[in-house]
Amino acid sequence: MINVLLFAQLKDELGKETISIEGNGMSVAKLKGKMKVEFELEGLETVMTAVNEEFADDDTILSDGDTVAFIPPVSGG
Amino acid sequence: MNYHISKEPIVIQEVIDKVIERNAGAITTFIGTVREMTKGKKTLFLIYEAYVPMAIKKLEQIGSEIKERWPDAETAITHRVGKLEITDIAVVIAVSTPHRNDAYEANRYAIERIKEIVPIWKKEHWEDGETWVGNQLETVPYPTGKPIEVDSND
Repeated sequence: MINVLLFAQLKDELGKETISIEGNGMSVAKLKGKMKVEFELEGLETVMTAVNEEFADDDTILSDGDTVAFIPPVSGG
Repeated sequence: MNYHISKEPIVIQEVIDKVIERNAGAITTFIGTVREMTKGKKTLFLIYEAYVPMAIKKLEQIGSEIKERWPDAETAITHRVGKLEITDIAVVIAVSTPHRNDAYEANRYAIERIKEIVPIWKKEHWEDGETWVGNQLETVPYPTGKPIEVDSND
């Protein structure tokens, strides 16, 4: 299973900050597509992704136990 | 620990103390505070949220990038999370260097990079509603999935 972390507007939209989802061997892009369908989550196309706390491309392949964080445009400072 | 995410109010002097160096001739501090009026809209308060372990890693990365560009610089950054009122301190950056010009430049570099790569979000609570800042107009898309350069005037 992949641990997915959601922040800011994505967390508000889904109503929770973590979910566990089947995704071994999937690319980040495919996982985004799956989340869009299963959770009707909008706006995933415009967010950054981190895999295991490091920014990752859409073609990064995921393995069981990975932590994927969807990172909306940041606004710190 | 020079890079910190704090749930408590930031004590500016504690951040400065981390960069005090016998060979430093300058320390610059940047203090980011909560502004009341933004383009005519009144903020009541803010909520800052962070992906804490990654935010700390990215602050450390900014410190490494500064070291590459200004090898004698020492950097410390503390960013606040939670509910902040108008005038509260959101971030403190301290940089020490042997000479003043580098201290100013490196400090500026740090705040600009925070706005690009550190996973921290600000929720504005206005008089008439609330918004997560960053994509309310979807003007900051990330087509590659990774950060890109952003406007430095925000």
